[in-house]
Amino acid sequence: MNTNNNLYTIVYATLMVVATAAILAFVSMALKERQQKNIDMETQLSILSAVSLAADANSADDKIAYVQNEYDKYIKNSYLVNYKGETIPGDAFAVSLKSQYDLMKQISSAPEQEKEALKARLQLPVFECTLDSGEKVYIVACYGAGLWGPIWGYIGLKSDFNTIYGAMFAHKGETPGLGAEIATPAFCAQFKGKSLFDGDTFESVEVKKGAEDGNPHQVDAVSGGTITSKALSSSIRQWFENYVPYLQLSAAKAEASVEQ
Amino acid sequence: MDKKIFTTPIFTANPVTVLVLGICSALAVTAKMQPACIMALSVTIVTGCSSFLVSLIRNTIPNRIRIIIQLVVVALFVILVDQILKAYVYEISKQLSVYVGLIITNCILMGRIEAFALGNKPIPSFIDGIANGMGYGIILIAIAFVRELLGFGTLFGHQIIPLSWYASNGGFYENNGLFSMAPMALILVGIVVWIQRSIQKNLQEK
Repeated sequence: MNTNNNLYTIVYATLMVVATAAILAFVSMALKERQQKNIDMETQLSILSAVSLAADANSADDKIAYVQNEYDKYIKNSYLVNYKGETIPGDAFAVSLKSQYDLMKQISSAPEQEKEALKARLQLPVFECTLDSGEKVYIVACYGAGLWGPIWGYIGLKSDFNTIYGAMFAHKGETPGLGAEIATPAFCAQFKGKSLFDGDTFESVEVKKGAEDGNPHQVDAVSGGTITSKALSSSIRQWFENYVPYLQLSAAKAEASVEQ
Repeated sequence: MDKKIFTTPIFTANPVTVLVLGICSALAVTAKMQPACIMALSVTIVTGCSSFLVSLIRNTIPNRIRIIIQLVVVALFVILVDQILKAYVYEISKQLSVYVGLIITNCILMGRIEAFALGNKPIPSFIDGIANGMGYGIILIAIAFVRELLGFGTLFGHQIIPLSWYASNGGFYENNGLFSMAPMALILVGIVVWIQRSIQKNLQEK
C-alpha cells in the first residue's frame, strides 16, 4: 500500500484524531464525578481547618467521606452576601473565589461612575459553623495574588463579627521555606484573637515585619517572604473592605437580639 | 538481545545522565519522594504504552505526518494518566501540577519512538520504552531521596532526622533549605553524571 499519497494521509490523520478524541471524551466523562468530589473535598477541608476542625483528615481511611461528614456536621448554614451586607440567593460553596477577585480588580481600576454597578455583582461567601460548644463562628474567604501564583484563605470570626476565631491560608506555589510558610499552622495561629475593628472603624489585620506585641491589628510577617506577606495583607484588607457592611449589620443585629 | 534492550537505558545509556533528556521535570518534581515516585511511574507507563502503540501501527503511518501521529499517541496516554491521577491521587496530582501534562514534551518519549519504536516490533519497543522510563525514574528517585532527606528531614513525609537534633529543640541540626529549591537538583544531577562518567570511561571526551 502506498502510504504516501495525499488521500491516505488525510484519511489516516482524521481517523486517528477522531479515535483519540473519542477515547479522551469517554475517560473524561467517566472520571469527572470523582475528580469533582476531590475538588469539593479540598474546599470543605479548607473551610473546616480555618476553625481547626477535621484535624484527622489525613489519617482517615476514606478522606472524602470523612471530610464530607465533618462538613455536614459543623457547617449548618452558608449563604452569599453582597457589598451592602444583604443576603443574596446563590450557593456559597459553588462561588469561585477567583472570579470574585477578578471582579474586585476590575472595580478598583474602573471609573468612578461604573464602580457601583460592578460592586453590585460581587457575591461573597459566608459559612456559619456551629462548634461542639454551641458557639457560632462565621467563616469568610479571601483570595489574592502571591509572588508566584494565587494565595487564598478562610477566616473564622466570632459572633461579635470582629474577633478572629481562627484562620487558614493556602497557596499554589510560593517559595518553600519562605513565602510558603503562610500555610503553616504556626503562622495561621497568629491570627487567633486579632480584631478587625477599632471601635467602629475598620482596621483590618496587617501582616507586618516586626509586628508590635499585643497589637490587635498586626501579625508578624514571614521572614524572607516579604512579597507573599504583603500580598496576603492586602488581599485580606481588600476582601474585608467588601465584607464590612455585612459584618456591621450582623453585629448590630446580634446586639439587638441580646438586648431584647 | 531482549535483555540488553532492557539494561542499556537503565545505566550505560541512561536518558537523564547520558542522553541529558528530561532534565526539566527532573528538577521540578524531585523535592519530595512521593511526587518523584508517581512521576517516575507515570513516565514509565507513558513511554512503554506509546512506544508499543506506535510500533504496532508503524507500517501504516504516512511518513510525512509521522511526528504528528507520534505526538497524538503520546498526548493520548499523558492525558489519560493525568485524568487518572486527578481522580485517584488528587493530592499528588496537585504537587505535580503542570509537569504531568509536560510529559508530552519530555524528549525521552519522542526520542525513543523515533529512534526505536518506528523500526522495531511492538514487544521489544514496549520493553525499550519501559526501560527508558525506569532509567529516568531511578535518577528522579535518587535525587528526591537526597533532597527530601536533607531539605526537609523526612522521607515519604515520615520524619527521619530525630526531632531532638533540631536547633529549635535545643539540638545542633537545621534543614538545608537550598535542597528544597530547583538549583540544588541541577547540582545533584551534575554529581550523578560525574560519578557515572568516572565509572564509564568511554563517555569521557578526549
